Amino acid sequence: MGYTFAEKALARAAGVAVARAGDVLDIQPDVIFSHDNSAAIRRIFEQIGAHAIRYPERVVITLDHAAPAPTTQHAQNHAEIRAWVAQQQIGHFFEIGRGICHQVISESALILPGETIFGADSHTTHFGWLGAFGMGVGRTELAALWATGELWLRVPEAIRITLTGSLPAGVTAKDIALSILARLTVTGAAYRSVEFGGDALGALPIDERPVIPNMMAEFGAMNAYFPPDQATFDYLSLRRANASPQRDYTPLYPDVDAVYAEHHGFDVSTLEPLVALPHQPDQGVPLREAIGQPIQQVFIGTCTGGRYSDLAAAAKVLKGRTVKVRTIVIPASREVLLQAAQTGVLADLVEAGAAISTPGCGPCMGNHMGIPAPNEATISTGSRNFRGRMGTPESSVYLANPYVAAAAALTGNIAHPEEFLA
Amino acid sequence: MSTLHRVWVYGDNVNTDVIFPGKYTYTLTQPEQIKAHALEDLDPAFAAAAQPGDVIVAGVNWGCGSSREQAVTCLKWSGVGVIIAASFSGLYFRNCINQGIHPIVCAGLNTCLKTGDSLEIDPEARVIIAAGQTFPIPPLSPSVQAILDAGGLAPMLRQRFAEGQTNA
Repeated sequence: MGYTFAEKALARAAGVAVARAGDVLDIQPDVIFSHDNSAAIRRIFEQIGAHAIRYPERVVITLDHAAPAPTTQHAQNHAEIRAWVAQQQIGHFFEIGRGICHQVISESALILPGETIFGADSHTTHFGWLGAFGMGVGRTELAALWATGELWLRVPEAIRITLTGSLPAGVTAKDIALSILARLTVTGAAYRSVEFGGDALGALPIDERPVIPNMMAEFGAMNAYFPPDQATFDYLSLRRANASPQRDYTPLYPDVDAVYAEHHGFDVSTLEPLVALPHQPDQGVPLREAIGQPIQQVFIGTCTGGRYSDLAAAAKVLKGRTVKVRTIVIPASREVLLQAAQTGVLADLVEAGAAISTPGCGPCMGNHMGIPAPNEATISTGSRNFRGRMGTPESSVYLANPYVAAAAALTGNIAHPEEFLA
Repeated sequence: MSTLHRVWVYGDNVNTDVIFPGKYTYTLTQPEQIKAHALEDLDPAFAAAAQPGDVIVAGVNWGCGSSREQAVTCLKWSGVGVIIAASFSGLYFRNCINQGIHPIVCAGLNTCLKTGDSLEIDPEARVIIAAGQTFPIPPLSPSVQAILDAGGLAPMLRQRFAEGQTNA
């Protein structure tokens, strides 16, 4: 009986020969990260009685969830984190403005195929796009990881999702993710490893791939996995060129006879743009059923939908036109912002009336940079639309791909991007 | 010895944004502050009225969404020591264990109780008695039970560090 990706990755990370679903192992991840929650994690670390981070070279801290600091308390929080980074000589620190943790860690090639990364953030499933085992943990667990370098987990069962066919024009990887959620619901993954395969994967542009493993967090997955291919290796070798020291890596692939608890197939040729209605990410309906819904705010950004391809898609719709409702664009990283500046995408967005903000999480979880008012509706390229998510329980959030979000900016309603893409 | 508990009953897919809103996660540090916002976007009555020993009873996928630990600690500091749900988000389940809160998987309980009712927990027999029925409490693996018995992951590690059992 063959092994799933999760069984192989966790066996490697636990330093054991083999692992099976159900085994409880102590995992030593290759990368341990946290963000604005790092000062709170430090307090737990100190309560544990630890003094020195066990493997500071494996630790990453980013300032992204409330960056730049919106209040004095947030600023004090950041100051404590900077002091901690210096004191512990933490290997990798990304200052405000560098961007969102999942994006900058990917761009910096800090995690590699076959490796394991634990982060104090539920979207750590994101790193499945590089063929890595990425799992979210709580603050106490992150403190335990700093103190000991290891954390227990139960090796999960796995489910297999096969993607075949090719995406029609105007349909993106975001719509694949929304389709999976709509069909299988937010309880579908049941804390298992969601392992993808199929001929549609290789055709997904490298910049769009992360959105699917990222949104598997909303599916309830423990982790998600895309088999790395030449495009993945090329992405990494470009970015590793300046990295020192350079680790070797061994990509891991599930065995052909690996045992999966469930199999699901999606022919992406049959997909259409979806809009996830308030207040749950699995409430996706075809775009045509959401047409006409008034929108007061458009948000293009987040670890889910703030990459260059998202900004470029929005620019395609908005170029030469003027937005009717406030449109907030937050690049997921400095690198995305620079690329948009260099290609003219940024100018197209700004000239259309978009408001651009510092790379970071922005209003996604209700901290700053675009909190809606009660009774306002936001359309977002993010991953979550739970009630109150963006800071106001009396507001509504719709999730969509960047073309659809941009079309709403031009009309003030959910609309078809087709008329603007002719 | 059995214990009696007042219950707060909720439905399915209660996510962490309504258990503890994201806007408070980097600025509130004290238990008194954190517990004050527990469930405020779902049940405004909870924070002021919760008592030590109260138990949450919920449907499927309790705690889905963010990894924020305050979604557990706000309830812990409100006096909740046990959360019973038809199913839990995996991350939330771990956060419960690591905070010394017992997460019990039990289907159907939230449909036969309402907020304000009582249930009985018999730890020796490992059952819950409620609405005239008996429900089993599923066993935890020995290593997970050990964390719970220690009162959570931090207390367990504190013990190990104090005894010099680690390399740090």
